Amino acid sequence: MSTEVKEASAAAVKEPSEPLFSKKNRLLLTDPLNDSNPITVQVLGICSALAITVQVKQAVVMSLSVLAVMIGGNLIISLLRNIIPSRIRIIVQLVVVASLVILVDQVLKAYVYDVSKALSVFVGLIITNCIIMGRLEAFALANKPWPSVLDAIGNAAGYAWILIAVAVVRELLGSGTLLGFKLIPDAFFEFGYMNNNMMILPPMALITVGIIIWIQRSKNTALIEEN
Amino acid sequence: MAFNKESQGFTFLFAVIMVVVVATVLAVAAMGLKGPQDENMKQEKMQNVLGSIQVESTREEAGAKFSEYVKKRIILDSKGNVLSEIEGSVKTLSFDGKEAYDQDAFNIDIKKQYRDKSLSDEQKRFPLFICEKDGNPYYVIPLVGTGLWGPIWGFIALEGDMNTIFGATFDHKTETPGLGAEINQGWFEDPFIGDKIFDDAGNFVSVKVVKGGADPDDQHGVDAITGGTITSNGVTSMLENTLKVYVPYFKKNSDIASI
Repeated sequence: MSTEVKEASAAAVKEPSEPLFSKKNRLLLTDPLNDSNPITVQVLGICSALAITVQVKQAVVMSLSVLAVMIGGNLIISLLRNIIPSRIRIIVQLVVVASLVILVDQVLKAYVYDVSKALSVFVGLIITNCIIMGRLEAFALANKPWPSVLDAIGNAAGYAWILIAVAVVRELLGSGTLLGFKLIPDAFFEFGYMNNNMMILPPMALITVGIIIWIQRSKNTALIEEN
Repeated sequence: MAFNKESQGFTFLFAVIMVVVVATVLAVAAMGLKGPQDENMKQEKMQNVLGSIQVESTREEAGAKFSEYVKKRIILDSKGNVLSEIEGSVKTLSFDGKEAYDQDAFNIDIKKQYRDKSLSDEQKRFPLFICEKDGNPYYVIPLVGTGLWGPIWGFIALEGDMNTIFGATFDHKTETPGLGAEINQGWFEDPFIGDKIFDDAGNFVSVKVVKGGADPDDQHGVDAITGGTITSNGVTSMLENTLKVYVPYFKKNSDIASI
């Protein structure tokens, strides 16, 4: 489910009297943004990154939903970590994630109905988002609640910024808008500028993610494999 | 630890408690949020009715515009007899009670009725919305049918002659994106405008979605969607099956029969 995660073992040996934002805890927040980004480095959660990045608004709501589910899931699993029977731990994780996702879905339907319609099945598919189950299994089951929450925020933020970056590129080039506001003036269109319909389609999302990975690796040489 | 969390008994106990807790939480949330959710669905339905008579509205103003444009809400039986006629604000279960709620055509869930195979046609009830815009009457009929993968539905608005189509909106749940799913796009819906559901002799012919493209002069046909044949056929049968129920009512209340 998840690739090897180094901070899991790092935080497991942490001392009880550690300050809330110790260096290790700060790392939990910042590491997933770059060095162990769930999308660009671990290549998890790609499905949703391709599907709901046509508009920035959708990407933002999806990110917030994933954030809510991850914090809730990591916190609950971490609190229960000493009493969850290990034979049914995967089932317990699934039930926790599924219930949280249903809650998020119901809240979206009640208060942001249009967005909930636009996200349609993808809210339900948060359940299958590998990032969430991966963090529960690899981190929350072995760590205290506070680091687990930080880990959830960090990973959700790492997921969110890629999602939003891809969505900005796709919405701008595909529809000429950002968050629904028209950015490209009509004069451009009169000179023959056209929105790139290809950008709306999922393949261009994959290519955009690829370009982000390319840029990230050229800046962060630690990510480049030996051969 | 005082107990053995890996023991068989505890595993069962844990599972049972977990299921009960989760079920309670979800049930409470579903009930608590039902109000705003139903309100959203209601507003969306109002938007769709208004859309079919070319009145654009946002979700917030849907309620106000609905009462402005929709003058009467009628329930017909399968023979075209009027069962109830209601004006004014939309009745709700909590304020007006079950009887008033059931009398309001707006509250008929035609999708549910369509799915329920145990209902005979005689038991079904058919809503009709009479709207008024710029002094002209329009008759809005909710449609429901079957596409390729799941339900399709829509609203069709007829002009005062109960024959000429003034507007049509369609939607779907799970039709193929790019093919059948296009039925909710303007380029598919707009050609319906101006078509007629009765022929010159006053016979009901409905409007057909024609594969390969309809003759522009054909008043009873519109272009189908290439690659979306089954969805297109679904629209055709949805129109025919739903509209034919209303034919007796139309003939009674207009001069179609005498043409």
